[in-house]
Amino acid sequence: MSDAFFRTEMTPPKAPPITERGVVKWLRENLFAGPYNTILTLVALYVLYLFLSSVIPWLLNGVWNANSLQECREIVTASAGEGATGACWAMIRERWNQFLFGLYPQDLYWRPAVALGLLLVAIAPVLFPKVPRQLFWLTLFYPAIAFFLLWGGSIWTPIVAMMGFGVMALAYRLLVPLSGVTVAAMLGVLAAVLWWLFIDAPLAEALSAALPVGLQSVGSDQFGGFLLALVIGVTAISFSLPLGILLALGRQSDLPVVKMLCVGFIEFIRGVPLITLIFTAALLLGYFLPRGTNFDTILRVIILVTFFAAAYLAEVIRGGLAALPRGQYEAADALGLDYWRAQRLIILPQALKISIPGIVSTFIGLFKDTTLVSFVALLDPLRGVTSVVRADLNWKGIYWEPYIFVGAIFFVICFGMSRYSMYLEKKLKTDHR
Amino acid sequence: MTMINAAPRDDFRLSMLIYDTRYRAITIQLFVLALVLAAIWWLGSNLQANLEAKGRPLSFEFLWSRAGYDIGQTFIPYTSDSTHFRAMLVGLLNTLVLALLGCFFATIIGVIVGVLRLSKNWLVALLTSIYVEIFRNIPLLLWILVIFVPLYEMTPAPNAFKVTDEMIASGTEPAASMILGGTVAVTNRGTYIPGFLFDRGFEAGWMTALAIFLVIGGSLAAHLTLTARARRVQEATGVRPTTWWKSLIVLFAPLALLLWSLGFHLDIPQPPTRFNFEGGVVVQNPFVAMLIALSLYTGAFIAEIVRAGIQSVSRGQTEAAFALGLRPNRTMNLVILPQALRVIIPPLISQFLNLTKNTSLGIAASYADLRGTLGGVTLNQTGREVEAMLLMMLIYLSISLIISSLMNVYNRSVQLKER
Repeated sequence: MSDAFFRTEMTPPKAPPITERGVVKWLRENLFAGPYNTILTLVALYVLYLFLSSVIPWLLNGVWNANSLQECREIVTASAGEGATGACWAMIRERWNQFLFGLYPQDLYWRPAVALGLLLVAIAPVLFPKVPRQLFWLTLFYPAIAFFLLWGGSIWTPIVAMMGFGVMALAYRLLVPLSGVTVAAMLGVLAAVLWWLFIDAPLAEALSAALPVGLQSVGSDQFGGFLLALVIGVTAISFSLPLGILLALGRQSDLPVVKMLCVGFIEFIRGVPLITLIFTAALLLGYFLPRGTNFDTILRVIILVTFFAAAYLAEVIRGGLAALPRGQYEAADALGLDYWRAQRLIILPQALKISIPGIVSTFIGLFKDTTLVSFVALLDPLRGVTSVVRADLNWKGIYWEPYIFVGAIFFVICFGMSRYSMYLEKKLKTDHR
Repeated sequence: MTMINAAPRDDFRLSMLIYDTRYRAITIQLFVLALVLAAIWWLGSNLQANLEAKGRPLSFEFLWSRAGYDIGQTFIPYTSDSTHFRAMLVGLLNTLVLALLGCFFATIIGVIVGVLRLSKNWLVALLTSIYVEIFRNIPLLLWILVIFVPLYEMTPAPNAFKVTDEMIASGTEPAASMILGGTVAVTNRGTYIPGFLFDRGFEAGWMTALAIFLVIGGSLAAHLTLTARARRVQEATGVRPTTWWKSLIVLFAPLALLLWSLGFHLDIPQPPTRFNFEGGVVVQNPFVAMLIALSLYTGAFIAEIVRAGIQSVSRGQTEAAFALGLRPNRTMNLVILPQALRVIIPPLISQFLNLTKNTSLGIAASYADLRGTLGGVTLNQTGREVEAMLLMMLIYLSISLIISSLMNVYNRSVQLKER
């Protein structure tokens, strides 16, 4: 029929109801979805209020310029009224250098600063693939440079010690065509050890007598603060990774003696608290070395902390090795690769990729554990420097500020490491799920 | 007929030790073994020479001599006249009690926070994430100090709680007041909490404890039989008999009856009339600080483990359970948790191990754990560094090995059964 009605245009869509759009929708979905959720939100808001209402005034009233806690409190009372609380950041301003460098000589602060700057440059090619590859040369020589800058002394000591690695590489290169990888590596290590045992000290002495170039030497007892934490942390991290890989490979090895030794080492180290190992380093190591030998406390602690982290890393990497499908090992064998080539080209790249989160969290744990050295009378930033500051008459009774300051720096470094591991995981992800 | 020659029998040449893979394994192992033995011999002979030079050959005799120092918190009778060995036992017990309670509270915190972190509630998820990140990225030592130092330096002395007649008459409040409904007092001498008292208990304390244990055990057994029967009925008829009120009665009525007949009541600490609180149990401040710090720190790690475990169960499992008509509650209990637990338990146990080892940080709060007694005062008094450290490491090592072997047994029992 002709009187039928046809709609010729669309009706305009209506706006969604107020509860289904904008802020209200977000609030309903994320904060007040159902009675249970509402109660949770209210409880959380109350907790947040309790916390912030006491902390925010304290932070806002913070004082940056004062010479003692007494003066801080007077300034807070004068500006915010009777009974007000305020943070006394002036303490950190005054003790800033001590928190960073411990008892390191004041006129030599440029040396740790340069070492730290170079560390950032040297570490860049390891962390980020876009950085020019030539920088790896700096990374290679960085340990010697940093040692020279931090401890000072004759320039020949680190150079001659580094030459030991050169001897190792040379011996390996010369012997590989003759005797194969395994024997050449063993003999290379042997050559380097002989170099360090018998040639190193006399040669360095002779060279520094002939050409005395060097910096004023600084003793290990003067190290402290975040300098100490970074020295121990960075050294232990960079040495524990290769050691941990070797231990993990040893634990998976077909050779029963090697396997047994690795399992024993890993289980022993993982079974005892780090603090007993640090005490061992400080108290007992002297008993196990020839009489009269006495070497640096920091070095001893670094060695034991490295062992500790390596044992944990070995377990993490073993997990990665076990997670690889058996076919990868068989494929490597089928290609005719020998053990080390198979590990280097096929197995380890995949196993390490799987274990990145575990490796990084072990590193974070290691860096946090550097604070334990305060128990063997080293001046770590957390307990060492803080107790020195709190013992000062001017700052007696100060409490939250140093802990907040030190905790914040640790947080930034450790959180940064965990974020980097996420970035790395994402970058190396090759599956298309 | 063709002759099949036997494979050429090659004579052993010395170079085969290096080039032949069959023999090379032996060469390498012998080489490594020789190196390790040489190192051990070298360390051992150095140790002997050093100890002889000090005139103190290796000996554990010192364990049986008088300790001569007091320990703040003891779970077994101990005086300063006891032996060093007993001091070591006291320390070991302190370590174990702290570790056990720490694991208990850390698990509770971890499970709650881990579940809340997955909540759809934006604010709660945010707050719990902040908690986890802050505690995971800051050293445990800082948390111990941050909790211990105010407990020690900022809390009132016991006599600040004192209420005298004059104060009542003039209506002034005491300088400090008790918390949790007037049952707990936090002071710089320790935290006073209510204790248990039995008016009509047995003569020997252990008889009372035994009676309570027996009743609890009996109740649990009765409860289990009850649910087992309910399950049988359900399987036979499809209808599950109501059990919850029967369970409640069976579980709690006998215990309540026993406690009532023993004249059980709480021994609430009374504010001091002279110097110290009367009644109640005093918990040493180092213990409180260590317990709080360890629980919060390890709780953050456990929260991450719980979260990862729950997320590892694929969404399809939940949907399948719903499709079968299971209610959310039973979905969680019967489908998700059993699968999540397989992922959660191994790292959870390794967190327990970490917590146990971290109790040795009690040194920062001067807590008298194994390291504080054997590795602390005993070591310093007797000068037996090597022996004390060796013994301490052995004890820690055996605790770790026992826990990890238990974990392996558990792991084998929950492993996916594959053909």
